[in-house]
Amino acid sequence: MTDFSFWVILSNLLLATRWTIVLSLVAFASGGIVGLALLFARVSRIGWLERLTKAYVEFFQGTPLLMQLFLFFFGVALFGVQVSPWLAAWLALTFWTSAFLTEIWRGCVDAIPKGQWEAADTLAMSYIDQMWYVILPQAFRIAIPPTVGFSVQVVKGTALASIIGFVDLTKAGTMLNNATFRPFLVYSLVAAIYFALCFPLSWFAHRLERTYNVAR
Amino acid sequence: MSLVSIRDLRKSFGAVQVLKGVSIEITRGAVVAIIGKSGSGKSTLLRCINGLETFDNGSIFVDGIDVAASRKDLRDLRRNVGMVFQQFNLFPHLTTAQNVMLAPKVVNREADTRAKAIASEMLAKVGLSDKADNYPSQLSGGQQQRVAIARALAMRPNVLLCDEITSALDPELVNEVLRVVEALAKDGMTLILVTHEMRFARDVGTKLVFMHQGKVHEEGPPKQLFANPTTPELAQFVGSTMH
Repeated sequence: MTDFSFWVILSNLLLATRWTIVLSLVAFASGGIVGLALLFARVSRIGWLERLTKAYVEFFQGTPLLMQLFLFFFGVALFGVQVSPWLAAWLALTFWTSAFLTEIWRGCVDAIPKGQWEAADTLAMSYIDQMWYVILPQAFRIAIPPTVGFSVQVVKGTALASIIGFVDLTKAGTMLNNATFRPFLVYSLVAAIYFALCFPLSWFAHRLERTYNVAR
Repeated sequence: MSLVSIRDLRKSFGAVQVLKGVSIEITRGAVVAIIGKSGSGKSTLLRCINGLETFDNGSIFVDGIDVAASRKDLRDLRRNVGMVFQQFNLFPHLTTAQNVMLAPKVVNREADTRAKAIASEMLAKVGLSDKADNYPSQLSGGQQQRVAIARALAMRPNVLLCDEITSALDPELVNEVLRVVEALAKDGMTLILVTHEMRFARDVGTKLVFMHQGKVHEEGPPKQLFANPTTPELAQFVGSTMH
């Protein structure tokens, strides 16, 4: 076991952390884009479109992320299409993130006073223009703290991708444990690295929240 | 030929009928003051004219546009009908000038320079040229309401609806807003005001509409109605508010 010194373990974990970070960033970005599109549908005042989006949100919020990963990884394979762990993890996290962000942002849009919509309505602005020029700029301000806060969930969510074989921080931890039989050390380090990724985010979210509350 | 023609308008909220067959004809250039107790249906009536509220029966035509028929797309109607609200409803994230030029730019696709020119023209009209770069939160209530008027005027509407536009203001700020409205009336703008400012209704209005229990109880020239109300309800209402 002398082959695996503390530094070897740590450096291998840190190398795998790159993939956790990449998956988090990519999933958060694509989830955000899909979430924004869904937000327009969610508050479109078109009955069936709102219901459809709501069902989408309910599904991804109401089922475990792990099941969603399995569905993408194994489910798609049933149709004869081989999906790499990376692609399955990216897709599942994108859908999952978009569902939560849509719901968070819908709350922010709802927080904008009705008079703002009415004023924009009265000025003959189209729905898209009302959203784009009047509602979203105001909702954006309120949305920043909870959105940054949610990014912590995405980082932690990527850990599940290890189960379908994606070599992220958690998977590297499992592999190192199998080789070293020092679970407490390995998983303590894994936890510490996750914490080092997440704590700055939640600290930043809290700070934004305070700034926003003072500005009001 | 009326600019705004309202015929037998009926509207219920659930089991409560708030408009029970309202008919009003409004000519171009008229200044119509709608008065009445709260709950008499005045604001609902006003909000039906630009489609912010739907109605159950009757018809409204504004400059030849059928309001009920344009329910799917009210934008043509709303280009012609401006509205000013009790709570101003300015866009807080935009400066005064940006508030005024937003609709000309986005709706009428005016070029930037043209939109800016419109904004400064309208802000000059309401006496706030020096506040163009201020945000709404930096202005007094009276100033905010004047910006809201400028914003509505920027679309060059044929009719301006004013929904209790001085009710949220401190008493000393009411007059600056009323003076702006009076100047618009002199310019020939067609105005429909729901108001509690009886003196203003009498002095500036060309037509008074007294709403009572969801109906037009009395209408006519303001000076005449205020001096000689023909119904006891108007007499009582005028008596309780004109001091």
